[in-house]
Amino acid sequence: MGRFADRVRAARAERRLVVQPRMGFGALEKMRAGLLAVRDCRATTVGTVTLDSYTRVGDHASARRALAETGGADLNGFPLQAYGARAVRELLASVAADGFPVQVRHGSPLPLDLFRTMVEAGVDATEGGPVSYCLPYGRVPLPEAADNWARCCELAAEAPRPMHLETFGGCMLGQLCPPSLLVALSVLEARFFREHGLRSVSLSYAQQVHLGQDLEALAALRRLAAEHLPGVDWHVTLYTYMGVFPRTPIGSFRLLEDSVRLAVHSGTERLIVKTPAEARRIPAIEENVEALEFADAIARQAAADCAVTRCPEPAGTGLLDEARTLIDATLELGRTTGAALVSAFARGVLDVPYCLHRDNAGAARAVIDEHGMLAWSRAGGMPVTVRGTGLGSPGPLTARRLTTMLAHNERRYDREHTVGALLRSPA
Amino acid sequence: MSVHPIRTHPLRVTVSSVSSDAHMWNLVHLQLLLEEAGHEVTNLGVCPPDATVLDACRGADRPDLLVLSTVNGHGHLDGLRLVRTLRRDPELAALPVVIGGKLGVRGAADDRLGQRLLDAGFTAVFNETEEPAERLLADFLGFLGTLAATAPPIPAGAR
Repeated sequence: MGRFADRVRAARAERRLVVQPRMGFGALEKMRAGLLAVRDCRATTVGTVTLDSYTRVGDHASARRALAETGGADLNGFPLQAYGARAVRELLASVAADGFPVQVRHGSPLPLDLFRTMVEAGVDATEGGPVSYCLPYGRVPLPEAADNWARCCELAAEAPRPMHLETFGGCMLGQLCPPSLLVALSVLEARFFREHGLRSVSLSYAQQVHLGQDLEALAALRRLAAEHLPGVDWHVTLYTYMGVFPRTPIGSFRLLEDSVRLAVHSGTERLIVKTPAEARRIPAIEENVEALEFADAIARQAAADCAVTRCPEPAGTGLLDEARTLIDATLELGRTTGAALVSAFARGVLDVPYCLHRDNAGAARAVIDEHGMLAWSRAGGMPVTVRGTGLGSPGPLTARRLTTMLAHNERRYDREHTVGALLRSPA
Repeated sequence: MSVHPIRTHPLRVTVSSVSSDAHMWNLVHLQLLLEEAGHEVTNLGVCPPDATVLDACRGADRPDLLVLSTVNGHGHLDGLRLVRTLRRDPELAALPVVIGGKLGVRGAADDRLGQRLLDAGFTAVFNETEEPAERLLADFLGFLGTLAATAPPIPAGAR
């Protein structure tokens, strides 16, 4: 199945959670040092090479200029095309001891050129999807992205060592997207990958704002993946919260800790962590290692805890049914999953709340409801149930209410620091 | 809610990211904020090529203000290039243009980016690595108030 899936399967057999950073540096030597530090740290890891934003949007001239002028120090990630396949192959070979697999993360709606380079360089795995890397990340029309991604999948599937591909559909906009839609999109993108020849995939889901709801979502994701991906080797990847992050170290680590427990209790195989530094800047190598080792320690503890105490339970909000309805309503609209996705977005049967892309209907709205869960406040054209009016007073969405919802986790997790400071300081 | 003492006009504001930045929430928030203040917003969305931004500011589409919002750390590079091009264009040379967000990747070491961007032609710069976000937002609203007090009203036929 390839080194990436092999490593995940081996970890699962040992009941270990695979942890992975979000890491990308412009300078080749720093990228190598980062991969080595991740490989050799005290955790079960896979490596990450996150590309810079110029490379993501296909502006390789700017990436080359930044390499020439400052050696890449000014870039917010690794410029894959500017370095070229040979340099990438050498980089991967130099860190490949013990079959250490590396995933390239790119965020590009039209990644065919990147896929060519990745296949030529022998990259183990990458991620994205026709919807998840189109609607939130650019201006490319959805049908064009779907065509491009179809060719990418076929290229990745026909490579001498077929690549592993992860959906990003479970992470749309990072926050404020109700989980039923995240689950539906992740499954639909995985179906798309399968239809275009891939046989080793993973399905993503990003931690949201409520443990019970997230557990319910991950159970639904596994159930629907099993139904829709016959003959495919698959696992689930959880992302530590991708929205506005706590500002305090204690708040950040608590949120990371909760994502680890969520992964363990839901049977998730792989976790992509965040670091406390990320709220302010791109984290250093040491900060990534610290987060990975912390996550690994919590994962082992959580697995041990579960043997003696009751694990947290999923909520019962009907999430599986809603996700299934979204998937079925989409698949009715086209002969292939790709055509169905394009048609579903054109008709608003799929509609990502707050997404500004012109191929997204933009009629649906989501809120954090009185239970602290994500809920629909406006369904648009989607077959979903409107439950919530949201935190605070009902009425139109204001900038202040949006900020309050976006900062929900930041506030919740930083509160612990505030209270802790009160308890520590003499009255 | 404070009332601005001077009679102000609604502004036509074009909100945009820069070419390499795909972050969206900052743009959604800015649009709501500006609309609540009574202004008319055109939101260009994420990752606009420079030409898209320039074209959206020409002729009948010309706004009273162009607001670039970016948080991916490339703002100092993309913004610099964009504003230089924009200032070379006679039609756009006098357009009020501001940029705000996380403009560099080096945190506190980016404290001189603001001046560099102002020198290159920005009307105002709101750099999160130089000032806390809350104060920047207040500064931005103050800037809008001043501009709204001085800008000519939108002609009735132009809306």
